[in-house]
Formats: sequence, structure tokens, C-alpha cells
Amino acid sequence: MSATRETERYTVADKAKWSVWSIFQTWEVILLTLLVFVFIVNSNTSPYFLNTYNLADATFNFSEKAIIALPMALVIIMRDIDISVASIIALCSMLMGLGAEAGIGVPGLIMIGLAGGVAAGMFNGFLVTGLGLPAIVVTIGTFTLFRGIAYVVLGDGAVTTYPAGLRFFGQGYVFGIIPFEFILFLLLAMVFGVLLHFTVIGRRIYAIGNNPIAARFTGIAVNRYRFVAFCLVGMMAGLAAVLLTSRIGSTRPNIALGWELEIITMVVLGGVNILGGSGTIPGVVIAVLLVGMVTFGFGLLNIPGIIMTVFIGSLLIITISIPILVQRLRDRARLRAQQAEVGTD
Amino acid sequence: MKRIISLAVASAAIFASVASAQAQDVRIAMLVKNLGNGFFDAANKGGQEAADELGNVELIFTAPTAPTAEGQIEIINNLIAQNVDAIVISANDPTALIPATQRAMARGITVISFDSGIAQEGRQMQLNPSNNELIGVKQIQMASDAAGGSGEIAILSATAQATNQNIWIDEMRKELANANRSSLNLVDVVFGDDQSDKSYQEALGLFARFPDLKVIIAPTTVGIAAAAQAVRDEDLVGKVFVTGLGLPSEMAGHVDSGAVESFAIWNPIDLGYTATYAAFQIAQGNATAEPGDSIPVGRMGTLSIGDTGEAAMAEPFTYDASNVNDFKDIF
Repeated sequence: MSATRETERYTVADKAKWSVWSIFQTWEVILLTLLVFVFIVNSNTSPYFLNTYNLADATFNFSEKAIIALPMALVIIMRDIDISVASIIALCSMLMGLGAEAGIGVPGLIMIGLAGGVAAGMFNGFLVTGLGLPAIVVTIGTFTLFRGIAYVVLGDGAVTTYPAGLRFFGQGYVFGIIPFEFILFLLLAMVFGVLLHFTVIGRRIYAIGNNPIAARFTGIAVNRYRFVAFCLVGMMAGLAAVLLTSRIGSTRPNIALGWELEIITMVVLGGVNILGGSGTIPGVVIAVLLVGMVTFGFGLLNIPGIIMTVFIGSLLIITISIPILVQRLRDRARLRAQQAEVGTD
Repeated sequence: MKRIISLAVASAAIFASVASAQAQDVRIAMLVKNLGNGFFDAANKGGQEAADELGNVELIFTAPTAPTAEGQIEIINNLIAQNVDAIVISANDPTALIPATQRAMARGITVISFDSGIAQEGRQMQLNPSNNELIGVKQIQMASDAAGGSGEIAILSATAQATNQNIWIDEMRKELANANRSSLNLVDVVFGDDQSDKSYQEALGLFARFPDLKVIIAPTTVGIAAAAQAVRDEDLVGKVFVTGLGLPSEMAGHVDSGAVESFAIWNPIDLGYTATYAAFQIAQGNATAEPGDSIPVGRMGTLSIGDTGEAAMAEPFTYDASNVNDFKDIF
């Protein structure tokens, strides 16, 4: 046994070495391949799938969730999570309902929805960063609290008197065929993509996710970033509330029940590490489309929703476990190699 | 386990029906509140019977995972994409489905609601299994019989948003306001969300808070079974009685145990049959659903359409120890 081993000095490259093969190994490409596969399977199993109008209309079913998935990715990359998003939708929709009953017009209702979302996000953000509580605990609490408020206010009643002008946001089309909601999602995806991948802010978000303490020592205002991310999630949940309320023209306290898990599924499936530190917006966008198209394809075959849930759940478990298993195998291989090296000395 | 098996059978049947679908078939979709609900499984059976009787009908039976309006809207969008001929819906929300069903009707799809209705502008016809007032009165009558005419009663409902349960509870309150019911005291209305575990917990909560409780009325098949089980588990048989709307197959054991004296239900098989038959007639242009019209519906006779486009099928039927065992194998 040698007591010391010579270690070569190493250099840290600005970027990882680029090769064609590395592109094929990225999560986005794997997802994209899956998406193409789903398109092929769906087109072969249902004659109604490859129809421009049907595909465009199918985006109604996931656009609102997808919009929340974008800021959720930032939150998860920074090692936090927000379980309360669907409850924020219920809260905002309830506030919009009260506004509509008071005779407030369309711009006012939209402002109410967005402001309500930001306020809810600020509340979450304050509890997490101001009081230093774990995000999962805080948002499980507000998950009950926000929807609870909607239940207290609305009881078993509903608000169904929204101005006709509100309908466009959730039911309208752009260019006569593409739902407005989907266009809005694509625009927001670009904004979030640029923010995360082409700005200093984005680099800092990754830095916080990889090591919040080191990030703090380099002068990044870690808590401010986390706080703003919660506000962004709240705002997008408020926006989703505007869209959903507009789409169904009605508010009940059980609106958007269970959406938080679907949204988090989209984010994690998109390659965002649930432990923080990595993930991309293009990955999330492809995952959104993948989940949307799988769900639509199943729907066209009239496969019961429960089977769909089982499928998506399995997909999620596989997604989370594969990187961890691969890492573990690599670690083991490296250890073995080291031991072999030590043995030959 | 039974549910898993029935689900597997249902999905196998769906795959089979997809495989055997023919272009000239009249495709009627039955969209219910949620899966794993014995009542709707029975309605599906009736719908299938109508489809077989009519011949060239393909019945698609479907429902969202959670009983929400958004889930049903997503399915309606998928059915529109498939260009089905008719959609028969038991709605999770009377208003939220309207934009989706109006879109379906604009594409030439016949939309009728049954059981839990959609507001008038969102469907062509609503088929009520019975008359809401009679359903409310019947349940109070059964509760009164079980309580011996006086005492504390409580209601264990489905979700706080469930359209039909709320109407029946209103009717029950009206009946309780009558002088001859003044000795019956409604102490609380709780919501089990049509989930067995939650309903069971709510029943336990009622026992704890109201020691003198005599009757629990559960106007939902999930709630009544859970409440009856809770009565048996807590050894309250003979002290607290459960009544309401239930399925004979699920309630027979509870009637035998004494936790339930009597309960009522219309026949969901007949309801599914009638709804499917009526949807076929309208979709094929054999009948219209304007107020005053009548629609022939096979073995169930003829439906008369009322002022608001609603039609009633029949009166609810009481099940007790004398007949429940004859019906428990049917639904």
C-alpha cells in the first residue's frame, strides 16, 4: 500500500468538452425522441390525432398548468418547492369572483387575479426566506390555507357571472386556430428560457441550487432570489387562475384540485433535479408537450383517467430514479477502478 | 379489489370497443362524475343494454380520475375531437361545463345530461331519475320511520358542490320545516366528498359531537355505505340508524346487520338505459327535446319534456330487509 499518490494538477474548463455524442445524451433529446415516438403511436392508434384543429384544441388541457411549470422550475432548481400553486389558483379565482360580483371590469379582474397570486407568493416567500422555514412545510400549510379561504368565502356556492369580455383569455384563438393560452405559454417559455440560460440572474439561480452557502459567500443575495421566485410562481398561478376562470366561466372552491402534482411532474420529467441545481426550460417545455400529448392520445382512446395517472406516476418514478441509479453505478465503477489501481501499486 | 377488477374489465371492454368500432356506428359517450362508483357502473350496464337493443350503437363509458369539472371538460374536448354523435353527461358542476358542451353542440353533437344536470343553455335535455321533491320527502320519511318520529338527525352528503345532493338537501330542509316534522331536529350537514375514508371519518365525527344522534341520512351511495360501516364498527347498531340513497349490492349486508332499516334508490340501470336511448333518438333526428315534446325510450315508455328541457324518469323505490336480497345481484 502506498501512503501517498501523486495527483496530477487539473484544469477547470470554461465549458464541458463538446461532442456530437454528448448532445444525444442530453435529457432534452431523450424527451424529444419520446415525444416523436408518442406522436407516431398516437397517429397509429387514433384517426383523430393528426388533425391540426384537434391538436391545437388539445393544448387547452395543459396550457394553464404549463405556465406554472416555468417558474416552478426556477424554484425547484433553487432547492425549494411550492405545493400550494393549485390552492393559489382557487384563492385568485375566488377573489376574481368577488370582483366580478362587485361589477369590476375585465382589466380589473385580471389585475385582481395577478395581484392575488403575487400576494400569495410573497406570503410563501416570506415564510421560507424571512422565517427560514422549509419550503415544503410552508407550502403544505398554505396549500390548505389558501383553498381553505376559498371554501370559507364561497362555501358550497359558486360565482358564474363573469363579463363576456373575459372569455377571450381562456377560450379565444389567435390566427383563428391556435388557442391564446398556448401562445401565451410559448411566449412566457421564451422569457423564462432567456432569463435562466442567457442572463447573470440565471447563472446565479444555478449557483444557489448547487450550493446556497457558497453562493451566499460569493455575494449573491440568495434569499432575495428565492423570495422573488416564490412571487413569480404566485404570479403565474394568478395568471393561470385568470385563464382557467375565463375558460370555464365559473369559480368553485374545488377549482384546479390536484394540479400541483401534475405541474411538479412536468417539471421533474423535464429534467429538473428535484434536489436542485440543474434543469432547463427547453426540457420543461418538451416535458409539458410530452405529458399533454400522452394524455390527449389516451383520451382519444377513451382510456380511463386512472390508468393515465398510473402511467404518468410510473414515468415520474423512472425519471427521478434513472439519474440517481446511473450516478450510483458510476460511483461504484470509479471506486472499483481506484481500488484496482491501489491494488496494483 | 372488486373495483380494480371492474376497472380492468371496463378498460378491456373499451379497448375491445375501440378495435371493433365501425364508421357507420352511432357513437354515444356516457361521461360520468368519476370512476369506481357502483351507481355509474350500473348506469353503464343500462346504457349498454340500450346500445345492444338499438343495434348499431357504440357506447363509450368514461370519467375523470377526480370528480372535478376540469377533468370532465378535458374529456369533453377529447370527445369533440373524436366527433362522437352524442354525449350523455352526469355533471360535476352545472355551469362550468357549459362552454365545453356548447362547443360540442356547435359541432353537431347531441348533448344531454342525466342524474346531475347541466344548466339549460349547456345541454339539449336533462333526464332526472325522479322528482327532487319526492326524493327529499322520501328520505325524511325513511329517517322519521327509523327514528320513531322524533330525535336528532344529520346529513352526510357528497362534495359541497354536488349539484343533485344540494338540491335534495334543500328539499329535505323544506320537508323538515313542516309542522308534522317539528320533532325531527337536523343537527348538522357534513361532506364526505364521495370518498369512503373521508365519509367514514365524518360519520365518526357526528357520533362524537352528537351523542343523541338517531339517524344519519346519506343521499349518496358512497356515504351511506361508509356511515353504515361506521355504525357497525362503533357498536351503535340499534342506536343510530343510517338511511338515504344506496345501492342494494353494497347495502344488503348493512340491512342484514340492522344498521340500515330502509334506503331508497331509483334504478340506475333504467336511468342509463333511458339516457342512452333518448340520446340516440335525438342524435338520429327521430325526436327533439323542445318543451312539450315526447321521446319514446324503448322499454321505459315515453319521456315528456318539461318547460326547462327536463324530463323525469320514475319515482324512487324503497329497499328494506324484505326485498334487498333480491336486488343485490342486479346492481
